[in-house]
Amino acid sequence: MGVTLDRVSFRINGTAILDDVSAQLPTGSVTGLLGPNGAGKSTLLRLIAGLDTPASGQVELDGAALHSLTRRETARRVALLEQNAAPSVDLAVREVVLLGRIPHRSSLLGGFGGEEDHRVAEESLAMVGGSALAARLWHSLSGGEQQRVQIARALAQRPSLLLLDEPTNHLDVSAQLGLLGQVRELGLTAIMALHDLNLAAAYCDRILLLHRGRLVAAGSPAEVLVPETIAEVYGVACDIVAHPRGGHPVIVFSPAAEEPRPPVEFDGDFRSSGPVEAKNRNPKQNLRRIRRGRPVGRTVRAELEDPDPTKEASA
Amino acid sequence: MTGRAAARGRYLGLVAVSALALLFVCAAAVAIGPADVGLPAVIASVGGHLGLPGLADVPPLADSIVWQLRLPRVLTAAAVGAGLALSGAVMQSVTRNPLADPYLLGLSSGASLGAVCVVILGVAFALPAAAFLGALTALVATLSIARVGGTITPGRAVLSGLAIAQLGAAGTSFVIFWSAKGDSYREILNWLLGSLAGSSWTSVLISGGALVVVGTGIVLAATRLDAFAFGDTAAASLGINVNATRWVLLGAVALLTGAMVAVSGAIGFVGLILPHLVRGLSGPGHRRLLPLTVVFGALFLVVADTLARTVFDPRELPVGIITALIGVPVFIALIKSRRAAAWA
Repeated sequence: MGVTLDRVSFRINGTAILDDVSAQLPTGSVTGLLGPNGAGKSTLLRLIAGLDTPASGQVELDGAALHSLTRRETARRVALLEQNAAPSVDLAVREVVLLGRIPHRSSLLGGFGGEEDHRVAEESLAMVGGSALAARLWHSLSGGEQQRVQIARALAQRPSLLLLDEPTNHLDVSAQLGLLGQVRELGLTAIMALHDLNLAAAYCDRILLLHRGRLVAAGSPAEVLVPETIAEVYGVACDIVAHPRGGHPVIVFSPAAEEPRPPVEFDGDFRSSGPVEAKNRNPKQNLRRIRRGRPVGRTVRAELEDPDPTKEASA
Repeated sequence: MTGRAAARGRYLGLVAVSALALLFVCAAAVAIGPADVGLPAVIASVGGHLGLPGLADVPPLADSIVWQLRLPRVLTAAAVGAGLALSGAVMQSVTRNPLADPYLLGLSSGASLGAVCVVILGVAFALPAAAFLGALTALVATLSIARVGGTITPGRAVLSGLAIAQLGAAGTSFVIFWSAKGDSYREILNWLLGSLAGSSWTSVLISGGALVVVGTGIVLAATRLDAFAFGDTAAASLGINVNATRWVLLGAVALLTGAMVAVSGAIGFVGLILPHLVRGLSGPGHRRLLPLTVVFGALFLVVADTLARTVFDPRELPVGIITALIGVPVFIALIKSRRAAAWA
């Protein structure tokens, strides 16, 4: 049960985008799809969503071959969250979530957004803690709120499988953690393409690592995310340490420079640490002022010297 | 729950009020004109032709003005306005482009070329057929160019439409420049700007028939247009056959627009503005948007055409000038409004 990929291949104009990918993902598991840009992550998601058909091999969903299902049947089982989706007209949140009911409408006239559809939409929005957003317009939402609404829309499809393509793109740290935590809590089978290896290690039960269209490793984060594999696939050096609280692997990347540089300690003073124009030189004081709703001090132009490459690489 | 019921009530009220307004405006438009015909005579004449008693009381001149001249013109205006507004709304959704209008795929320039050729050749009676054929030819050309590897993307369709429109415009200009003189020049200009002056019961049949047959189909298929709000992939992941839907809807819109252009020329701005205006009232959901757009489109063009033939009486303006004069300020107001946030 769950999702089975059976020797799935996909080509565009003769070029292999995916080559012989097989995997078994149990029901209720959260799988991270990793790999460098162009590895075939999005293509694989499209194949699993039934948007494209594999050149050979097949995708099975709960024992049923995907290609034997109609579009609408597939849309009732699989929901997809695209990258950076934006509507062309200004929809209210409630309307966005209702879109998820389209696969459940009868095909011609459609049960025009009946009671049942509205009930499911409200439930779905409540499940992501977004009930208060119902009347807001899409364009007035923050990036994190937009993603949560997209998840509610996906839930309104009542899917058994949730696919997410780079769901944490452009989100701040707290929104990233909140979103992935949310995906876990839903208890649905989920597959998400991710760029951030540490987020994948923290939130996924299993990892599929793709490289140039081939599956190079599959298994738990601890099994897949080892320095040798990461060096081979991404071409970067790293160390793996255990998370002090969760125990899951944490990947600490090393800068690309050959000679390791001594770490630079931040002394709380921007003057020595890079080109900035800060409102105030004391971050702690700034935070205090922001908490109290006061303006942050006067603008200070800091003179800078020698920007430090180690900072960027380890960020 | 109560909020939704209220919204539905408000929408139905809006439809009822605008439909009544349309009926009233049509009756008034038939009554207005150089020859004075009172509203009672209008009602008696129309009722009489529909089989009610009282036709005998209407003077024959008034009756023929109402039944042979004004009523066909008003009904054609209503059908053309409704058809163009509906086509524009669907075009905007299918291409996800707020600037889309019914003429986006080169339809109007194809129709213009066909119409101008016929006028120059002196066989103006064939004008509707020539315009319709021109529109269809332009559509086929546009879609063939836009079709690469079996799929049509909105971007490619818009660009190919642009190319065909330019080609058609160049052809039209060439024909006019080469051989138009005197009367035919005025006739051509009138048609290019859009005019309902020549409307007859045949025009009513063409435009009304297209509206009822094609328009009904479009409105019935409308809910699946909602799925396109977030783009093709999102629509496909909601179980919509994106390519088939786009082909069929573009074809339907082209037929509808072709029929409208054939009877009235390329009346601008109705198909561009009305959908935006109505979206502000109905919300973006197509089940509510499209029916209301039909009513508002009809209302708008009946008013515009009545102005076109009365404001500078006895001279008559092409209605396309009036629709632009009303349409542009409305459009500017829309751009400045809150709902334009999505047009970033």
